[in-house]
Amino acid sequence: MNLPMPTTPRTFTVRVLRQDKPGEDRYWNEFLVEYEPDMNVISALQKIAENPFTAQGKNVAPVVWECNCLEEVCGSCTMVINGRVRQACTALIDRLLTDNPEAIELRPMTKFPVVRDLMVDRSRLFASLEKIKAWVPVDSYYDMGPGPRQSQDQQQQAYEYSKCMSCGCCLEACPQFLKMELLKQPEETQDEFRARLRAAVERSFMGAHAIGQVDLFNINPVGSMNAAERLDAVTAEGGIQVCGNAQNCVKVCPKSIPLTTAIARVGRAATIHSLKKLFDW
Amino acid sequence: MAKQSVMIIGGGLAGMSAAIKLAELECDVSIMSVLPVKRSHSVCAQGGINGVNDLTRQLGDSEWKHFEDTVYGGDFLQNQPPVKELAYWAPRVIDLMDRLGVTFNRTPEGFRDQRRFGGTLYQRTSFAGATTGQQLVYALDEQVRRWEVAGHIHKYEYWDFLGPVLDESGRCRGCVGQDLVTMEIRAFPADALIVASGGCGAVFGRSTNSVACNGAAVSRVYQAGARYGNPEFIQVHPTAIPGADKLRLISESARGEGGRIWVPRKPQDPRDPLEIPENERYYFLEERYPKYGNLVPRDIATREIFKVCIQEGLSVQAGRMCVYLDVTQLPRELLDRKLSGILEIYEKFQGADPRKVPMKIFPAVHYTMGGLWVDFEAKADGGLNIGAPRNQQTNIPGLYAIGECEYQYHGANRLGANSLVACIFSGLMVSPGIVSYVASFSGQKSSELPSGLFDQAVRKHKAYYDSLLTRPQGGPNPYLVHGELGRVMTKAATVVRHNDEMRSAYVKVCELQEQARHCSIADTSAWANQTAPFARALDDMFPVAKAILQGAIARDECRGAHYKPEFAQGELAATEPAQRRREAEGWVDRFEANNRKWLKSTLATCGARGEPSLTYEDVNTGLIPPRPRLYGLAGGDVIEQVYKERQQSRT
Repeated sequence: MNLPMPTTPRTFTVRVLRQDKPGEDRYWNEFLVEYEPDMNVISALQKIAENPFTAQGKNVAPVVWECNCLEEVCGSCTMVINGRVRQACTALIDRLLTDNPEAIELRPMTKFPVVRDLMVDRSRLFASLEKIKAWVPVDSYYDMGPGPRQSQDQQQQAYEYSKCMSCGCCLEACPQFLKMELLKQPEETQDEFRARLRAAVERSFMGAHAIGQVDLFNINPVGSMNAAERLDAVTAEGGIQVCGNAQNCVKVCPKSIPLTTAIARVGRAATIHSLKKLFDW
Repeated sequence: MAKQSVMIIGGGLAGMSAAIKLAELECDVSIMSVLPVKRSHSVCAQGGINGVNDLTRQLGDSEWKHFEDTVYGGDFLQNQPPVKELAYWAPRVIDLMDRLGVTFNRTPEGFRDQRRFGGTLYQRTSFAGATTGQQLVYALDEQVRRWEVAGHIHKYEYWDFLGPVLDESGRCRGCVGQDLVTMEIRAFPADALIVASGGCGAVFGRSTNSVACNGAAVSRVYQAGARYGNPEFIQVHPTAIPGADKLRLISESARGEGGRIWVPRKPQDPRDPLEIPENERYYFLEERYPKYGNLVPRDIATREIFKVCIQEGLSVQAGRMCVYLDVTQLPRELLDRKLSGILEIYEKFQGADPRKVPMKIFPAVHYTMGGLWVDFEAKADGGLNIGAPRNQQTNIPGLYAIGECEYQYHGANRLGANSLVACIFSGLMVSPGIVSYVASFSGQKSSELPSGLFDQAVRKHKAYYDSLLTRPQGGPNPYLVHGELGRVMTKAATVVRHNDEMRSAYVKVCELQEQARHCSIADTSAWANQTAPFARALDDMFPVAKAILQGAIARDECRGAHYKPEFAQGELAATEPAQRRREAEGWVDRFEANNRKWLKSTLATCGARGEPSLTYEDVNTGLIPPRPRLYGLAGGDVIEQVYKERQQSRT
């Protein structure tokens, strides 16, 4: 709601937890931002960039953060805002100030290595999509007619999972998803870094987003032909068995993706898959 | 023998389609993108993707009609062979995306569902809820990842494209890029370079575009000698939600599913909109365009909304321009199943539920019809010769452009749901042409060239970047200069254009360009610096802004999105039939004279300070002769009649 503010403030305070580089100390900067109607955290950060002085009058570098679409479909601008992980674009200033008129506090996500300020490295998230083979393995891109017919129910179910924008909120909120400080080293090539990343991702928990994608591709009529490979991946080290059923993922997902449903469905399929393998059915 | 290497700038729908097709054709493919490709602006496309299908075919639709709707919608400013090819590929493009797992909405029998979009009378648009672009991007992103695992595609994400590298003969041999985290600048030799970097909404400050759509990559290619086609054609979408940081799109699909645009007949009627009875509502699009109603093309809907708000004073709110976009009359189940994506955006940003109250919307800059000039090779049947190296090639050999960043498919106005199909089509279609371009070139492979050519280009870009960091403090702030550029451009060069206003805007833009050159960079860090690359992109916005303004100043006519009231042909005023007929004769005379003068593509070449020099090129209209673009405007029937009779008497 566009809640009427008790009194419209002339300025408001934004506190940002900053870090210049990986490995360097973190520190807080406080900014006084001029209030305008219809602002969100993005426009507050933009205003800081237009006038990069702290509340104490110190000239600083503008805050570094990621954003792109500004309408919550690209997944770029995830950060921890007043203690809650979410997208900065849909974090409206009026509402934040109604909840806490003192200040708006911005921190980077804690489960990913900080690149700088509010920008973190989420390569690991995409690496787990490689691990579970999150794609439909079509034969070719030549014209082979349409895909298989699907029921409305199937489409609706798949669409929910397919809205996952790899923002990382579910991972930030998950008690079993632990931070891994893995950044590309200057002497490392892109390929070497990717290899090291993949090896690390093999062993660590993939998180709810990836389990949702396993279900998405195993529902797909063509994707289901390779369901066994995905179930192998999701039951290997770092797979679904690590989930502690805290159910935080579903609560923080900005797209309301039924992640716990996915975990339950993939869990059942994985059990059957393991039994089949065990008894060689 | 080394594999053919292709570098693609941009990983939206166009860039990723080219990447997977080139990988399939066994090229060594790289994608350079300023952000993870999954987050590209194509995800913002909402409503759908056009293509004839079995259902519409039986209702009289055909590929030819899709082609015809597209050129009529674009006011005939497109070369017709590529558009024809696009329309004939469209159903196959959608089939492919279906196979790749795109969650297209389904009919109860399990077929792909279709909705109607602007500028057509057929339900020709396939869709995945109201987030079709996002779903298409994800399907391609998944395929790119698959090729990446197999080692055929390399992604360079968080890299900024700084410019092409041309050899002595003017052939493109690769590019220079900068890592936006380590700030390293290096060269990437490539046998062909594809620019797929999207539109330039940021030149207008706030628009429906994403932050990355700043036009810088295109500008860098333009400044390197590529020609820019039809810069003055910028689409202003009729329905967006104004915001402090962005103007958020509310898709045309809201109207395609039955949403209606209206204002109260009584100016600023204070009543709850739902309590205003039907006869006190002004459904101005339906009244003025009974045939197409709310689904007239975007340029027309936008101008009508402007007119209603500004000239007729009927804006819903005093002090804020807006009209109602009303979906409250539609069944809740339909809204949730087909439009939830956009309704959630409205709800999240405006705090009101559009299922219960009409949305308040206003036009916003949305799409860049113009872009890098590209070539094509036509076949005798009027389509394209697929596999010809000329297709999608700029005037720089080896440098290709696809997607929104080129000029060729949408003419003076793009039809809704045609952008997605044009992006994917051009990405798939360009690939075999590139393979034959590289195969037919007998010179050295780019990777085997002596390093001097690349070292020199890297040195030039490094020197420029270093000069940004060492600018004195105390100068203008680049973000503020950008805001001002956006305000100037939005005021002078969007919906209604006047030459005097655009001339003063040009002077102002020149001043801002000077200011931009002296901007101080508040961040001099050598790690993940965002301010210096922004200032560099800002510098590159000026040549594009200047081309838009000069193209628009020169074009003294109205065509599609380009509207100058002093050259507008009004409706017929006379009511007496004979007089009306005479008036229509005069209307058609002026229409034909204007076409002789202005049915031409603008071609801009960039000068030393970004000032464009303009030339004009005839448009290939050999398949469908141009005709007045009326969309069943009430009273336009006489004009159509006169025009038809003249055409018949000539044949």
